[in-house]
Amino acid sequence: MQRQDLRTWLLLVPAGAWFLCMLILPLIVVFVFAFGERGAAGGYVPAFTFENFANLGARWTAFKNTLILAPLGTLACLLIAYPLAYFLALRASARWRTLLLILVIVPFWTSILIRSYAWIYLLGGQGIPSLLNALGFGNPRLINTPFAVLIGIVYGYLPLMVFPIYVALERLDKRLLEASSDLGSPPWRSFLQVTLPLSMPGVATGSMLVFILLMGEFLIPAMLGGGKVFFIGNALVDLFLQSRNWPFGAAVAVALVVVMLVTVAAYLRFTRRWAGGRDDVSLM
Amino acid sequence: MTDRKDFLTREKFMQELWRYKKGSVTRRHFLGVTGLGLASSVLGSAVPGLRSAAYAQGSIGDRVVVASWPNYHDPANFDAFTAETGAAVDLNVFGSNEEMLAKQQAGGSGWDVFVPTNYTITTYVEQDLIEPIDLSKLPNYDAASFDARFADAGTVNGVVYAVPRNWGTTGFVVNTSMLGDLPKPSSWKEFWDMTRAEFSGRTMVHDYQLTTIGNALKYFGYSFNSIDPAELAEAEKLLLDAKPHLFAINSDYQPSMRSTDAWMSIAWTGDGIQLHRDMPEIDYVLGKEGGELWSDFFAIPKGAPHREAAYALLNYLLNPEVNAKEVAFHGYPVADARVNAILPPEMLNDPIMYPAAELLSPLEFGAAVTLTDPNRAELMARFKSA
Repeated sequence: MQRQDLRTWLLLVPAGAWFLCMLILPLIVVFVFAFGERGAAGGYVPAFTFENFANLGARWTAFKNTLILAPLGTLACLLIAYPLAYFLALRASARWRTLLLILVIVPFWTSILIRSYAWIYLLGGQGIPSLLNALGFGNPRLINTPFAVLIGIVYGYLPLMVFPIYVALERLDKRLLEASSDLGSPPWRSFLQVTLPLSMPGVATGSMLVFILLMGEFLIPAMLGGGKVFFIGNALVDLFLQSRNWPFGAAVAVALVVVMLVTVAAYLRFTRRWAGGRDDVSLM
Repeated sequence: MTDRKDFLTREKFMQELWRYKKGSVTRRHFLGVTGLGLASSVLGSAVPGLRSAAYAQGSIGDRVVVASWPNYHDPANFDAFTAETGAAVDLNVFGSNEEMLAKQQAGGSGWDVFVPTNYTITTYVEQDLIEPIDLSKLPNYDAASFDARFADAGTVNGVVYAVPRNWGTTGFVVNTSMLGDLPKPSSWKEFWDMTRAEFSGRTMVHDYQLTTIGNALKYFGYSFNSIDPAELAEAEKLLLDAKPHLFAINSDYQPSMRSTDAWMSIAWTGDGIQLHRDMPEIDYVLGKEGGELWSDFFAIPKGAPHREAAYALLNYLLNPEVNAKEVAFHGYPVADARVNAILPPEMLNDPIMYPAAELLSPLEFGAAVTLTDPNRAELMARFKSA
């Protein structure tokens, strides 16, 4: 018994050391820096002040943009990914399924930087807007708008949403659907009462994955927002890589961590309630 | 719908190649959009024979990492250097001196050569981020042939820390075919007023505190270098007022000017030359209130991992013949009399490259204090996150 305990602990050492060095210690550094002062030429000077936290309001727009576009992007990904995952898991033939799954992954083979660059041209005046113009839909400005950023988000993050939902649907016991049908349930009702609840863990995982990554996103807004659609990630990049105000940057980072913890905790609570409901359903 | 918008048709590939050769897009962009980047890096690492062996005994290493500005280097000259020495040039493009400084302050930039602007060099020396230049390794550098006005900033306390690269001005480019009945703007006042009216949604400003704040200050007639809180507050108000009307905040404005998504942008001399060369309707204007006169330098950061290759590259680029090719490519004037002696007269007479004296005289060199002033830094960050 004791030996087994020891083995467990030894096996946990690599992951534990990783979390300690790459997560806990950096977080402590960030937390300490947040109370410091900016050096004369930038950087960090030790101090104890709450000024950085008092200044957080100066980044309100960035927080607001992130808190609007991250959930919106997650929702858009979900609405597009669910039918796709459903089709892949329950409708596509086995032969096509593998090919289609590969096609979903293929974009990951190229850097998101390059793919975002492609979108700059697609959404620029010579791209989709000129096509729309030729078709008589006016000449809308797409690039450097929140809409362009949303498109980039959905494009970039869709596979992360598709796969968890796909896995959940694929494991679904098809006999449950037959049973539902035998008991007189029309397909839409089977979907709402059997398929959808059983796929909720996948939806929750995918949404969490996409949402958390989106909260820290900076590349897509930088490239498709033209510096006009600013996420909190962009504000952080700016504070560390332009104005070199590390303490304020650290305070913004701490605030972001707190916002994430609160949202994720609320989300978990919400989904746990969902999962509870599902358990009851499956017991029936 | 016969006009297909495929991302990479043959025509598009040639167009991208052409743009890359013109320098309007970076190498990274070109390799990215064509997919050649991945292909060549795979090939390059798999087939060592593809690398030149000419310098195999010279042992300056197989690479030199450069931090510089957009549209500032003729890739052909880098290729020639690689062919001669075996060291491949890894070019990183930046949008502001602040960004360059921040990377080095954070440590481990990995650069061998960087291209700071005049007003930043004293800060690099104070922060101990820059190495004194060993002039014995730069036989092609002839201090006497450089115009002192553009070379002096490289020497701090009698020690040479940087050798001159190019000089130039910061004005703005404007696509005159989009003006309609408007007169061609000639001042920063008109620049900001047009941005908030007729050119709404079509103007770009640099992602760079010095030029963006500096030229907002010029709107009110203040010094380009002001750090006076009251004057900065007025500049901030103007910037925030203009922000909804901007097309983008980006120091790499050539692609958008070329696609005519943007009609006007704060711009540097060489971008003005390159744009005007390909699209004569794009003109380069120096605001009559003034603005920036600058000079760039080659410098070597502390702890450069490929120091020998760095010196080899600098020496190569300081060769007047090579430097003249660089100038012909990017259109930034040089302070080296040996280069000017072999430049074609039409370049020396180009009003964009060598503006009339009355336009030059109100211009100011950037001041060291603007780089470190916390208020300017935070103003820019606030403007961007607004």
